Amino acid sequence: MSTLVPATIFLQSESFIYALYIVAFMLMIFGLRGLVGPKTAVRGNRTAAVGMAIAVIATLLSPQEGRWGLIVLGVVLGTVVGVPAARQVKMTAIPQMVALFNGVGGGAVALISWVEFRHYGSTYGSHIATAAAGEGFATYTTPAVPTYIAIFSVAAAIIGSVSFWGSNIAFAKLQEILPGRPITLGSSQQFVNGLLAVLAIAAGVALVAGVHSELLFIGMLLAAALLGNAVVLPIGGADMPVVISLLNAFTGISAAATGVALNNPAMIVFGMMVGASGSILTKLMADAMNRSIPAIMAGGFGGGGAVEGAAGAGEHAGTVHSIGAADAAIQLAYASHVVVVPGYGMAVAQAQHAVRELAKELEKRGIEVSYAIHPVAGRMPGHMNVLLAEADVPYDQLKEMDDINPEFQRTDVSLVIGANDVTNPAAKTNPSSPIYGMPILEVADSKSVIVIKRSMNPGFAGIENELYYDPKTAMLFGDAKTAVADIVSELASV
Amino acid sequence: MIIASTLTTNLAILVLAGFVGFIVISKIPNTLHTPLMSGTNAIHGIVLVGALILVGLGGLGTFSDVLLVIAVAFGTINVIGGFLVTDRMLEMFKRKPPKPDDDPEKRP
Repeated sequence: MSTLVPATIFLQSESFIYALYIVAFMLMIFGLRGLVGPKTAVRGNRTAAVGMAIAVIATLLSPQEGRWGLIVLGVVLGTVVGVPAARQVKMTAIPQMVALFNGVGGGAVALISWVEFRHYGSTYGSHIATAAAGEGFATYTTPAVPTYIAIFSVAAAIIGSVSFWGSNIAFAKLQEILPGRPITLGSSQQFVNGLLAVLAIAAGVALVAGVHSELLFIGMLLAAALLGNAVVLPIGGADMPVVISLLNAFTGISAAATGVALNNPAMIVFGMMVGASGSILTKLMADAMNRSIPAIMAGGFGGGGAVEGAAGAGEHAGTVHSIGAADAAIQLAYASHVVVVPGYGMAVAQAQHAVRELAKELEKRGIEVSYAIHPVAGRMPGHMNVLLAEADVPYDQLKEMDDINPEFQRTDVSLVIGANDVTNPAAKTNPSSPIYGMPILEVADSKSVIVIKRSMNPGFAGIENELYYDPKTAMLFGDAKTAVADIVSELASV
Repeated sequence: MIIASTLTTNLAILVLAGFVGFIVISKIPNTLHTPLMSGTNAIHGIVLVGALILVGLGGLGTFSDVLLVIAVAFGTINVIGGFLVTDRMLEMFKRKPPKPDDDPEKRP
């Protein structure tokens, strides 16, 4: 490293590396702008990827010890895990995948902060001390780091650890390794959460103030880890999309905090982009469910109302009108305008291809088909759009809630496939319903409704759906994929 | 490198990046929010850069090296996995050339 040719000096200069970072920021922002429409999105994503590659290469250019073996080992490990996962994941499993990847990012932040502490922790809380590094490795002098760096590093460790564990729990719930219903300590939950948060922050403050104990740092990571578990476990399946985006924001913000601690603008900018994205999506989804973010984080929703639902079922018993595939086919064949309302049930049954087949058959008969997409349909915002795109449904047939709601009045048949709470009229009519005030797809306005559903069990939110007792609603019980395929074959004989 | 940092410059970058992020992201339609989220998975893969900086410092001891290799691997999973999944999803949104005999069941 001592005999450098001038070109290398230039390439390794901070100015050149910063210039590359600026190019990376521009590519990243242009890339994200591409996501405004499906036509430009593929190029946008690739532009952003080039920006990321430039940021990584620029970092590798900076003067360093050249421990390429470790770097190659890490990159190879990451590639061996990441590439097959990305190639093979099913579109229905994207929410789990996002949760898992999100956790991995938070975990990396926590590990980075840990190493920072091992390296500089002995100087935390002292601006001038020249101290020896911790035990166990060669003693060398480390200049003291400013206190704000210690603060950002420790804060990133806490947020990263919460995000890692919280995301893993979200993954386990979505993957059904853990039950989707809330797992809660009951009334002491809030106290436990608060205590863990206080413990983690207190440990962080002590570390920043100059308590140089690696055990304390590990204790802080553990308290944050328990907090991540304790916050996400009580949250029910219905609220998972909100949790994933909130944790996404957390990971981004922790990456930005690490960027401040390492004086690295690329980490600050990219981290804040993710922080902004996660925050916006969290807010949008909470609004689409008419719930406040604190209420969602308090947990317990999504399964808790099941008893209430059962009582409701008793009250309504006997008024459900059940039909077979042949009747459904006739009803659809004589319609002129059909709206398909897909929900997560369609995704679980992998029915999107069958639905596309049905739509093609109906279009052949000159029937107008469109799809009504609720903002929280599926398990992630926009998840339904991905599943339908996978089945080659043209995206201009996919209508967002505000555009399709006025259309229901001129709709002959609304075909509800595996969607439940997002069609529940109780959200508009029953102030005592837990989902009262949530914007819904106004399916009940259409001339008739066919609901394909496995059973009368209530949905994620555990709330009885009045739509099923509406006289103009017909229930077609069965697996979504089989039921839709049956309708397609019955259509042939109509 | 850490010593040369200035808090105010970095806070300015942080705040401005936040604003740019809000402006750019709020224009993205609901249709593309799932690809956006997996795209942001890739973007917070920038933690890879942080791990690389610390690896480059050297002399941190074996245990720190182990932690850093894991962090590099995690960052790589984010970057490569995130961009690949997003690319796969967005390709589906592209209007495909109409094929005369389109078999919708070709994908599992």
